[in-house]
Amino acid sequence: MREAPPLGRVSRLLAPLVFGLLVLAAWEMLVRAYAVPVYILPGPLLIGQTLWTDGPSLLQSLWVTLRIAFAALAVAIALGLGLAILMSRSRWIEASLLPYAVVLQVTPIVAIAPLIIIWADDVFLSLLICAWIVAFFPIVSNTTLGLHSADRGLQDLFRLYGATGSQTLCFLQLPTALPYFLAGLRISGGLALIGAVVAEFVAGTGGSETGLAFRILEAGYRLQIPRMFAALVLLSLAGIAIYAALDRLSHLILRRWHESALPRER
Amino acid sequence: MSPPLLTLTGTGKTFANGVEALASIDLTVRQGEFVALLGASGCGKSTLLRIVAGLTEPTSGSAKWSRPLETKSGRLGFVFQDPTLMPWASVADNVYLPLRLAGMNRAQAEPRIAEVLAAVDLTEFAAAFPRELSGGMRMRVSIARALVTQPDILLLDEPFAALDEPTRFRLNEDLRKLWRARGLTVIFVTHSVFESVFLAQRVIVMKRRPGRIASEIAIPLPDERDAALRTSADFGAACRAVSDTLAKATEAEAA
Ligand SMILES: Nc1ncnc2c1ncn2[C@@H]1O[C@H](COP(=O)(O)OP(=O)(O)O)[C@@H](O)[C@H]1O
Ligand SMILES: [Mg+2]
Repeated sequence: MREAPPLGRVSRLLAPLVFGLLVLAAWEMLVRAYAVPVYILPGPLLIGQTLWTDGPSLLQSLWVTLRIAFAALAVAIALGLGLAILMSRSRWIEASLLPYAVVLQVTPIVAIAPLIIIWADDVFLSLLICAWIVAFFPIVSNTTLGLHSADRGLQDLFRLYGATGSQTLCFLQLPTALPYFLAGLRISGGLALIGAVVAEFVAGTGGSETGLAFRILEAGYRLQIPRMFAALVLLSLAGIAIYAALDRLSHLILRRWHESALPRER
Repeated sequence: MSPPLLTLTGTGKTFANGVEALASIDLTVRQGEFVALLGASGCGKSTLLRIVAGLTEPTSGSAKWSRPLETKSGRLGFVFQDPTLMPWASVADNVYLPLRLAGMNRAQAEPRIAEVLAAVDLTEFAAAFPRELSGGMRMRVSIARALVTQPDILLLDEPFAALDEPTRFRLNEDLRKLWRARGLTVIFVTHSVFESVFLAQRVIVMKRRPGRIASEIAIPLPDERDAALRTSADFGAACRAVSDTLAKATEAEAA
């Protein structure tokens, strides 16, 4: 069987763009043809218009949500790395702690968010904790796997030259774990945003500063469906931007040596 | 004759899964000797070398050095079967590793790194990453790394097995020169009769199941060995002797 020839750079960008535009055009045409009321399904043109008019106020809310997501991601990186390193130092610590990290991971965030919101008296803090819980696990589990994945031969080499535990950690285990960590980070970036949004949904009102999730709820209550869609579009764009930025970062860090970042030779 | 440096007495190794890799090895290596361990794959050569380097413990008998083994202070160098380089580090950083682990700072290490890279002909590639090098070049980096601590004992585990013949021949000659210039003690594992004869003063022929020493053969060739030797009658005769011994050892194994 012959494999299809790989797509060029331009085609790879153009193909999804053209497809997306076609879908949007069909959407617009159907909405007009059947005269669907705006409070059920607005057309993409109207959504675009709303995005333009309501953009500034929505962006402000997006920034509130993003701040929570970024803070949660930062805490997830710090604690995740710390915990992974701690667990790699001793099988006992790993055996004792890892199950709880898993518990944290499998508990649906919507189920515990109300509790956290009650316990933490600061809204920002409670939302941050919720987003952190969601973003934490991929970093811990990936980094832990990476720290254990050092090449056998290199382990022998380090032993042969009498490397101390911390030398082995810094010069062998951490560099080995870097690609794993970055893969986890890419997942966690998107999850932190989702976590922040979910927590805002549960919290309902965001106090003085309201995030994008609350804007979506609000628009829903008032049947401002175009505005709701506009907020959703912003949210997706933010998610895509976070993923793309982390993907780029990972590529830049690994490009000199890691298989994942090497150009495919043909 | 120089004093014994390494003494193995009744050394054996049975792995946890029940595989008896080595059985009662008796072997003495003297200061300044060049010894080759020759045998088919699976006869326990790597295991023997790992025991000698202290990377694994024998399950019976003993392996004793006549003086404490100090990798850090540069006594022992080990070249693995694979280049075993850190993919995230440049050639120079890979070579620097043993010195770094010994606590030497980069500025102090720099002249030594430059010296060994020059010795293996890789000076221009100091900043390259392992993936940018050919297999032969990677192996030379690995050798440079073993030399950077200025060891006087060198253990090599089939270091050139994966290389093309011209490269292997050149590295063989370089190793001989190095051994003579520095007065090293070398234990060299190989499965090639020609390589063992060209390099060593003494060839230890091993056989399998369990790994044992079949016999030892002294190689009656001059210390000065170059490319011309490979086609000489003396070299051919020595190879035939070792080859016959190896064949007999393999036969005995099958019986
Ligand atoms: N870590 C190990 N665990 C179990 N068996 C092993 C291990 N290492 C080597 N062996 C076995 O010991 C025997 C000798 O292996 P090795 O020393 O690598 O031989 P050689 O280097 O001569 O090819 C082989 O049968 C191999 O399968
Ligand atoms: Mg081997």
